[in-house]
Amino acid sequence: MLRVGLPAVALAAMLGAIFAMQPRAMSYFGLTVLLNFTLPAIFAAMAQMAVIAVGDIDLGIGPFISLVNCIAATLLATHPLLGWLSFAALIAAYAAMGALIHLRRLPSIVVTLGASFVWLGLALLVLPSPGGAPPAWLPALLAWRPPLAPLPLLASVLLAALGEFLLMHTSYGVVLRGIGGNPRAIARAGWSLLAGRAALYALAGACGIVAGLALTGLNTAGDATVGTQYTLISIAAVIVGGGEFVGGIVTPIGTVVGAWIMLLAGSLLSFLNISTDWQLSVQGGILIVVLGLRALNRWSAA
Amino acid sequence: MTDEPGAPFVQLRGISKSFGAVRALAGVDLAVAPGRMVSVVGHNGAGKSTLMQILAGTLAPDSGAIRVAGHEVGHGYGVRRASALGVRCVFQELSLCPNLSSEENARVVHPHLAGPGWRRRARRLIGDALAAIFPGHGIDTRRPVGELAIGQRQMVETARAFTETDRPVRLVILDEPTASLDATEADQLLRYTAEARAHGIAVVFISHRLPEILGHADEIVVMRDGQVAGKEEAGRLDEARLVEMMGVVRGAEPAHGPGAERARGAIRVAQAARPDAPLPVTLRAGEVVGLAGLAGHGQRALLQAVFDAAGHRRAALRVAGSVAYVSGDRRTEGIFPLWSVGLNTTIGNLRRLARLGFLSPAREKAEAEAWRTRLDIRTPDIGQPIVSLSGGNQQKVLVARAFAAEADIILFDDPLRGVDVGTKRELYQQVRRAAEAGRAFLWYTTENAELVNCDRVYVFYRGTITDEIDHAALTEERVIRASFGTGQIVAF
Repeated sequence: MLRVGLPAVALAAMLGAIFAMQPRAMSYFGLTVLLNFTLPAIFAAMAQMAVIAVGDIDLGIGPFISLVNCIAATLLATHPLLGWLSFAALIAAYAAMGALIHLRRLPSIVVTLGASFVWLGLALLVLPSPGGAPPAWLPALLAWRPPLAPLPLLASVLLAALGEFLLMHTSYGVVLRGIGGNPRAIARAGWSLLAGRAALYALAGACGIVAGLALTGLNTAGDATVGTQYTLISIAAVIVGGGEFVGGIVTPIGTVVGAWIMLLAGSLLSFLNISTDWQLSVQGGILIVVLGLRALNRWSAA
Repeated sequence: MTDEPGAPFVQLRGISKSFGAVRALAGVDLAVAPGRMVSVVGHNGAGKSTLMQILAGTLAPDSGAIRVAGHEVGHGYGVRRASALGVRCVFQELSLCPNLSSEENARVVHPHLAGPGWRRRARRLIGDALAAIFPGHGIDTRRPVGELAIGQRQMVETARAFTETDRPVRLVILDEPTASLDATEADQLLRYTAEARAHGIAVVFISHRLPEILGHADEIVVMRDGQVAGKEEAGRLDEARLVEMMGVVRGAEPAHGPGAERARGAIRVAQAARPDAPLPVTLRAGEVVGLAGLAGHGQRALLQAVFDAAGHRRAALRVAGSVAYVSGDRRTEGIFPLWSVGLNTTIGNLRRLARLGFLSPAREKAEAEAWRTRLDIRTPDIGQPIVSLSGGNQQKVLVARAFAAEADIILFDDPLRGVDVGTKRELYQQVRRAAEAGRAFLWYTTENAELVNCDRVYVFYRGTITDEIDHAALTEERVIRASFGTGQIVAF
């Protein structure tokens, strides 16, 4: 409980500070503006969480989101079928990457870092210079104003609930998390580690595609480097939200909360009139502080 | 069921298994009838664990026949098949996922615990099993098992083996199930096995506590050197007879036994005596002291404590002199796999070989060459990568590294496990020579035959030393007796 409780309290404190400084942010419209860019972030974080759940790490998710962004701003508008087919191929590529990591016992950090350059190269091939335009329905979808709650809030709650259900409450989700905890025990019980890892990587790919689409809908253009920052944000979101790098300890709700914290850290800086150039340092700093506090906590417990 | 009445539930015939040059099992027969508890006993390396893994389907034998529940099972025998036939195994090293709760861990072994309401069913399943075996266990089955105490984890794992969904449990393998349980819990488990047997469940039981075995098993199978050395109804055995069956009467072994009259030097290691540990460890310069007993009973912890205490003042353990450690797990904590034989030899000694803080390749090379000749490390060139050497020669390099470091105390963590006999002989001589030159050795070994190279032997049982044996009084029987904690030898 403490795992999700602590980040939730931190998030509430940040929101409180923002609302105190900028009361107008507390409206439907204000929240939409404030939270719009959490949409790609929560999906990127969920993708990262799927990979961290088996004790791996994905250093390629940012460039992958860029690639999706470039395809969505070009192919998806001109040849929709081809666009969707290429997304399906990308999910398959993610599953294959997971299978490769399992079969050849490769370190995921190296494979995904290598893949990140492949994604970047492909993105540049698809869209050499920023531009393009997404199909009209995509920005319209992102501009949709659902009743009661703004879209980013609604999407966050739904995603957290869905992730929590799939990974924490289905019987196969238990097996998937078990792979991160004790792979030998899972294999001895007769489960396929290959299938498990491939499934989680495919899930990561699918989340990455949604993240890329959401980003395209907000930006209404393509850019081969636009997603780079999401690698750091996604990793930090999982960890700040209460997950661990090893041992299959992850929480979908915490991950969504972590993504909010990382994004709002930037907004908080701008409300404090601090240059947003500091944003990346602050986000990285939060990650280091959280990990440091956790290590301190372990020492005192031991 | 398809099996004829009175037939054994499992029958293994002529099972053999080798790991490289080491023959773990040589033609073992084992039969377990429904409703019977067979206990398999033996000292380190007797082949118990290998046999259990083959029975559970996690390891395939090189040759031999396996018959389970009337089916001849051939190459397709794996964990899933074993489990489908009703074979369950509680492995020695815990096989729970620490990040999952007890009920989720139960789900992992039951493919049929799926679909809506699976969690409720899993909770009831594991909860009922725990309540039946360990009444009053006090375990919250919703907590991650990593947060439970080690004894509680073992209870969860044991209870899980007795849970049934679509397939009935026919045989449960309990490999040291009581190792982390207290007396009450161990007793609860043993009483429950009687109840399970009354329902026709067969049990294979491995324990290092001989009274448990003698008091509860129906039949006892004694293993020795990968073979069955004897089989007897439990009621017709006692501890003395059992220990005798486990031991090997070996001929007088090596020519170079320790020189008993050799003068012993200064005290190198001295442990303070405590009421709960009446035999404190002492080690003098020029002495080779063996640490014996079943694997995992505190020998490695002592080596680690000595290593950590070197150079510090500690009341409980005084260590005078420098320490070098030779690990038996050479791949993870021994060699630098990308380096050459030479660099692997001299890494522990660089400070002495360096000039003004800079490495001196010429001196390093000379030093490594000297050790290659002295220990007869078989490589055409010390510039060869270490992984090009045979396992035994890699181990020689590690021993050379410890010798080259010129430490006063050398800690052996079972370094000759799986090494060929020729290499062992050579290294025994080297140890003897180094001891004569004043080095002190603490030597943990899982092979009782190696103990003849020691001046003195401490035998460990459950974290304490149960016997101290001088070279002249050393017999394998006495080592085995002390390894099973069966009473201290009366001093005379």
